[in-house]
This record gives sequence, structure tokens and C-alpha cells, in this order.
Amino acid sequence: MSLFRHHPTRLVRLVPLLLVFIVAGCYPDHPQSTFDSTGPVAQSQLNLFYWIFWAAVFVFVTVQSALLYICLKFRRKPGDPDPEQTHGHNKLEIIWTVLPVILLAIVAVPTVLTIFDNANSPDPDGMHVNVVAHQWWWEFNYPGEDVKTSNELHIPVDEVVNVSLETKDVIHSFWIPKIAGKVDMVPGNSNKMWIKGEEIGIFHGQCAEFCGESHANMRFQVIVESRADFDAWVASEREPAVIPVEPLAKAGLDLFEGDAQCWSCHKVEGSSRSRGTKGPNLTHLSGRQYLGAGIVENSQTNLRNWLTSPNDLKPGNIMYRDAAVYNDPDKALSDSDISALVAYLRSLK
Amino acid sequence: MISLTIPIPKRPTHPTGIWNWLTTIDHKRIGILYGVTAFILFLTGGIEALYMRAQLATPEAEIVSPEVFNQLFTMHGTTMIFLAIMPMGTAFFNYIIPLQIGARDVAFPRLNAFSYWTFLAGAIMLKSSWFLGGAPNAGWFGYAPITGVPYNPGHGIDFWILSLQILGIASLAAAFNFVVTIINMRAPGMSLMRMPLFTWMTFVTSLLLILAFPVITVALIELMFDRFYGANFFVPAAGASPLLWQHLFWIFGHPEVYILILPAMGIISEIIPTFSKKPLFGYPVVVLSGVVIAFMGWMVWSHHMFTVGLGPVANSVFALTTMAIAVPTGVKIFSWMGTMWRGSIHFSTAMLFSVGFVALFIIGGLSGVMHSSAASDAQQQDTYFIVAHLHYVLFGGSIMALLAAVYYWFPKITGRLMSESIGKINFWLTFIAMNLTFFPMHFTGLDGMPRRIYTYGTEMGWDLWNAVASMGAFLLAASILVFMHNVVRSYRKGEISGSDPWDGRTLEWSISSPPPEYNFAEIPVVETRDPFWAQKRDSVATARVGGGSGEGEHDIHMPQPSYWPLVVSIGLLIGGYGLIYNVAVAVVGGAIALIAVYAWSFEPVNEPEEH
Repeated sequence: MSLFRHHPTRLVRLVPLLLVFIVAGCYPDHPQSTFDSTGPVAQSQLNLFYWIFWAAVFVFVTVQSALLYICLKFRRKPGDPDPEQTHGHNKLEIIWTVLPVILLAIVAVPTVLTIFDNANSPDPDGMHVNVVAHQWWWEFNYPGEDVKTSNELHIPVDEVVNVSLETKDVIHSFWIPKIAGKVDMVPGNSNKMWIKGEEIGIFHGQCAEFCGESHANMRFQVIVESRADFDAWVASEREPAVIPVEPLAKAGLDLFEGDAQCWSCHKVEGSSRSRGTKGPNLTHLSGRQYLGAGIVENSQTNLRNWLTSPNDLKPGNIMYRDAAVYNDPDKALSDSDISALVAYLRSLK
Repeated sequence: MISLTIPIPKRPTHPTGIWNWLTTIDHKRIGILYGVTAFILFLTGGIEALYMRAQLATPEAEIVSPEVFNQLFTMHGTTMIFLAIMPMGTAFFNYIIPLQIGARDVAFPRLNAFSYWTFLAGAIMLKSSWFLGGAPNAGWFGYAPITGVPYNPGHGIDFWILSLQILGIASLAAAFNFVVTIINMRAPGMSLMRMPLFTWMTFVTSLLLILAFPVITVALIELMFDRFYGANFFVPAAGASPLLWQHLFWIFGHPEVYILILPAMGIISEIIPTFSKKPLFGYPVVVLSGVVIAFMGWMVWSHHMFTVGLGPVANSVFALTTMAIAVPTGVKIFSWMGTMWRGSIHFSTAMLFSVGFVALFIIGGLSGVMHSSAASDAQQQDTYFIVAHLHYVLFGGSIMALLAAVYYWFPKITGRLMSESIGKINFWLTFIAMNLTFFPMHFTGLDGMPRRIYTYGTEMGWDLWNAVASMGAFLLAASILVFMHNVVRSYRKGEISGSDPWDGRTLEWSISSPPPEYNFAEIPVVETRDPFWAQKRDSVATARVGGGSGEGEHDIHMPQPSYWPLVVSIGLLIGGYGLIYNVAVAVVGGAIALIAVYAWSFEPVNEPEEH
């Protein structure tokens, strides 16, 4: 305060500094930035944000400057007499009650309009995806396309996708910052939203509601692609898994469907044995870009690390907790077992 | 009636020492106990925060495990709300309210002691969970079904439930006490609209508490039945809706937010007029806006649930009610500024903290309006943007005001002034560090960083502002150390303050510092707002306030100390542990509490000669 006491004009120099500070905080190019929306839902939310933001900046600058002015102007000087004991001013009090009401009305109207716009799908008969959340991964089912996959959501560009949201355990929240704000998945209470991607690319999403130990590791990717690419992806996803011929991968398949008991929780289409539903569907695992619900790149090394010590990548995960190969030392996987499993899983294109 | 033959010991008579503190029913001593205990707990909550900020300072750090991280944010939130800000407010209610209304004690002095000891019992219970197998880990909001046994088999949640219940008993007892005290024990002439603002906001806060706590009590009992006895209130598999918990929690939880901020607003409304040498601008409107905020606090709970799928109609309604709360809040801010306008402002440390409160609360209020817009909130909900907002309100708001209150009332409580030079360092360090810690969280939030994540990858681009926030947090801790240094130093050798160091306006400044046990030798007669100011300036010739000479001191009958409030609280504490570990122990705890209540009820009063 004393710095500016004699030079209130110095304060003016702080304004560009403040703006630089604010602008420095927005990074449209970051993967989960809300400032570079590529879908109409996120765009409408961003427009609303800007609308309110500038109203807030107006209020902030006005009120804080007034406060600062008062602080500088009415400082006590030695020998000052008691100020006049004013108790209020009716007109002023009415003004500063009514002005905020007007300002809030300016904010309220677009808010209500946007709430309703985003609640109602513009194309309710369009494509559907059912998203089912689990601790700590995502299941994506396409009833129309007869495709079931996990942790990577493919959608065709410029098409409305109707999403229904469910959870198998606790509350989660489905959020793709660049495409749409979040909607929660509540047990026993299916929610709906709609999304549309207007730009081809890979977009990041993340669970937004605290859901337990690995909440931070419950991520996913949205792959927005051309209709042709999407159709090709659907066609390949509908193919059953290829049965490996290479000996190591073959050994992996035997383990998967045998002693390692992977089959009891994971589904591989085409296998009569691997029909579990507790864990992610692995039919086309090596076609995915990420492992472990969007947390690491899908590479041979990462897959090996994941199978060796899943708890390091995703603490608390249920496979590590419940699978005999991890909790029973007598059944633990040997290095060669893991090599075989990696070879098999890498063959699931 | 056999029981009547059980002899109940006489009232304790310990003029000093530990027994005096254990049996005291003097509102001033209980206020000090509340303040010191709550401050120590505030430090523990701060340490929990520092662990989190250390973990988040760099991407993929491994300072704490994810499980411990979850326990840290649960305990940080629960501690700061229930064990730090609320009881620090209660400390000032205790110490200051009877002085402001010209009373010799609160209406129920033993109940007051009981409130404190029960609060301590709840705090011990919650904090001990760190050492008994793990703290609660489901967030301070404890959403079902993650608090259920299938997802949370340990005892952490049990500790959370039972300690919150015990704390609820303490808070309710205190709230009833203050409501009765403020209604019944005001000095002659102090009509409601002559009450100091701090007393008013305490009154409103206590009413809110009385109405809000039963809701969380019911929710916690239901959760306890689910966990202990296999009930199905929040078990989705049995057809329950987990949203029931959210509704109950936030119907309590939003008024709770105002329980945390209204006392702060009351404090500010005392300090700003004093150091501007002007009466509070628009007093009736400021009182009314406090009451309106409290009332409207009941109509906005679902803004915590904008993303759970309540539908566009509900979201629109709650968006509008939430925005509406900005109006009375704005009125308060403008009224504080109106008080300073054309005032003669002296920037003591207490005033600096108060103006800091106004400046920071404006930011917290504006970000609050941002997420009142439900559609826009879909991007902000559960991100660091919310963390930024709530800390601007609770740290920039409540904590700044409580620090202001310490600087303001310390001379009344101890008879010594706090150092103003250290105080200025304290304020600027806190103000800068606070902004350094919490402002960058707006950025990380809008940059897509969810709350309650223990780790993040460097590819997300959140490194820089997390590092800044963590540096700020440690700087903030340093500012709290400066504060503690100032308190200790000033307590030992601060300048003697006299009874009225600030040219105060309200009754507490009319008596000596520290006040005598009986506060007012002669109960003052109040004929105006700001009665002590009026008397000093002689604008109301007949105003008679002041502590008097202490003549007739021997005729003042003060309530006598008692063992039993402490014993009841010990019984509750034992009962709490018993419910978790062994029902037989719970029965013992319950029996101790019951016997103590009995003894309390029939406790004899010592003859005056025994003093």
C-alpha cells in the first residue's frame, strides 16, 4: 500500500501485468484445456464462460478500483477530526441492490438457454453409445454397430452421438473437456448427454468425480475420425480375434485361457473360453493407442510392465487385488509366462 | 429412588492451574480453550495441505501414495471446516458475545463447557484415525456408495461418521446456547436492531446450525446403519439412490458454507467501522442481507449437483437462486465500502486483514457466480477452478477475517497489543502467498485438471501453475509462522493496551483488558447502537456503560465450575471408540455419560462463603 501512496498512477502500470497474468493462464493447446473446444456443447459452455467472465472482469475492475481509491483517499492523517457519522443513504443502497440484479439477469438468460440447448439432443435418433464406468476404466458399447470396446471412444466427425452413462460401481463422471462438459454416472440412475466432435483428432477425457484409489488414473481417449475411417474401424472391431500361429503367442493364448485365468474376467470375441465381463474387453487390444485406461502408451514395454506389476501403473486396481496370479505367490507369473502373454496380447489386432 | 442417595461431590473450587481449566465454565476461558485448540487443529489441517501440495508440485511425484493422498484431502477438508474454521468462530462467539451484549456469562455456562469438551472429543476421535489403521478417504462430502463397506472396508469412514456425530452434538449445544444467550441476556436497552453486527451474525449462524446439523445427523445415522448393521439406505444394488446422500449432504452442506462465512462477515462489520471511525453504513440492510443470505442458503444446495443429471428445469432453477445470493452479498460489500467512504481510515493490521477480506471475497464471489451458471459449470465442476473458488471464500474470506479478529480482540483478551510491525509483515505475506497459492488453481482448473487426483502427467501442461501453487502454499505456511511468532511474542511482552486501544464502539471496549471474571460490575444500559462510542463522544448524554470500579464485586454471583461437562464428553468419546471396536466399551461410555448427566443435573451449589 505504501508503495502506491504517493503515486497512485503507478497502479495503472499493473493493469497490463494483470492481463498478461490472466492470458498466461489459458493454454488452448493443452490436451484438456477448455479454451479450444471442438464440439458445439463445449463451445456453448465456453461462450457462456466468456460472457460471464467479461461481466466478472467489469465488476472486478470497478469494485476493486473503488476499494483501492477509498483506501488511498480516506487514510487517516494526524490531527484528523472524527468523520461525519453517516448511517446510510437510501438511494445509494437501492442502486447497489438493483444494479447487480440487472447484471445477473444479463448472465441468467444465456445460462438458462444453454442449459436447455445442451440437455436436448439435436438428433435423438442418431448414433448411440453406452458408456459404462468401472473402477477404474471405461466400457464403450455401440448397440447400433454391434461393437463393444474399452477405454477408447471412436466417433465420426460432425455427427451427433447420443451417449448414455452408467456405472457398475461407484459414482464417476464422464468428461471430454474439448468436446463437452462433464455428466456424472450414478449407480442405478442412467444419465444422458450428447456430443459432437467437429475436428478430426485424438482428444483426452478423464473421470471427474472422485471414485477411489486410482481416480487419477481413470482416463480415456476420444478418437474423432472421418465417417469412412469410423466405418472401417467398426468393421475391424466386429471381426473376432485372430487366433495366433506364432508359438510364443500361442503359448500366451494357452496361459490366458488356462492357468493364468485371464479368461474369467476378460472377453476376447471368438474365444469360447474368454467371456468374462469384469475387466475390459481385449479383442482388439493392440489396435488401441493407450493402455490401462488412457494412462500409458500401448507399447510392448508398457504392456510388459503392466503385466509384471499392475499396481505400479494403477494403484489399487482390481486385477492386482483379485487375480490369483498376483495375490497367490504359488501362481505368480514367471518372466517367460509374461513374455508369452505379451506376445498373445500384441497379436490381438 | 435409590439414585437420590448417590452422593454428588461438591463443585470444584480451583482458582488456578490445570483443574481450573478442566472445570471452568467461564465463557472467556472456554473461548480461549476453543481458540487455542482450533488453531492447533488448523495447523494439522495445514500440514495435510502441505503434503498434498508437495505431492502435486511436480508431475508424477511419489511423496505420498494415492491412498494416503485420498486420506489427506478428506482430512484436510473435514479438519478445516469442522475443527478449524467453525471452532475458531465459536472461540470468538464465546469470548466476545457476552461482552458485546453486556452479559456476565452465557445462558448455560456448563453446557458451554460441555460444547468445548465434546468438540475436543470429536477432534481427538477424527485425528486419531491417522494412527488407527488409516484416516477416512472418501472426501469431506463422503458420497455414497464409495463410503459403503464393499468399497471401504476399513475403519476410516467409521471414524469420520462418529466424529462428525460427536462434533454435531458439540455444535448444536453451542448454537442453542448462543441463541438463548443473545435472545435473553442482552443488557437493558439493547434491542435487536442495536446489537453489534458480530452478535447478529453469530445469532444467524447459530440458527443456521440448529437447522442444518440435524440433516447431516440423519444422513450419518443412515450411513452408520448401512455400515454397522447392513441397512440399505445408500446401497444401489438394493435399489437405493446414492443421490439421497447428496441431497441430504448438501442441504446441510450449503448452509454450512454460510456457517463458515457469516461470522467472518460479522467480524469485518465490527473492524471496518472501528478503524474508519464511522458507524456501519446501512446497518439495517447489512443485518437483513445476512439474514437473507442465511435464508437463501437453503435454496441452492443442488448447485453442488449440477452434473448429476437432475435435468434442465432443476438446474435452471438452482442456477437462478444461486445467482440471486450474489445480491445480498454485494450489498454487504458495498456497505463496507460505504463505511470506509469519507471515513478516517487507520490501517492497523486488523484493518488490513479486513480490507484484504473484502478484496479477496470479491474474487471468490465472482468465481461463484461463474459456476452458478450450470451449463458453464459443467466444465468447472470438480476441477481446480472450484478449489480456487472455495479457497478464496474460505481462506480469503473466513481465515483472513479470523486473523483480523485475533489482531482486533487480542488486546481485550490479554491486555497487550500485538506487534503492528510484525503484523504488517504477517498481512502482506499472507495476502501475497494466498494469491500465489490459489489464483493459479483457476488456470489449472480451466486447463482441465480435476480435483482429488494424486498425480498428473507432464503432457497435460499443468506443471508450471502447480509448482507456483505449491510454492505459494509453503509461503503461506511461513506467514502462519510469523503470525504465531507475533502471538507468542506479544503475549509475553506486547505493549500494554489499556481497555480501549482502538477507540472502539461496542461494549467490550468499555471494560478492562482482560475483563474481570464477572465482565461488568454494573450491567450497562444501552440507548443506541455503538453505545460505547456514543458515551465517549457524549452524543447521548444518558448512556451509562462501563466496567465500573469493581465496587459491589462481592455481591456478584457467578456460575460455579463443574466436573461434569468434561465427564459427559469423556463418556461420549469412549462411546465413539466403543461403537467402532467393541459394543461393550460403547455401553461403558454411554453409562459414564448418563451418570455424569445425572450428577450434572443434581450438582449442588457451593455456599458463597466457600470462595
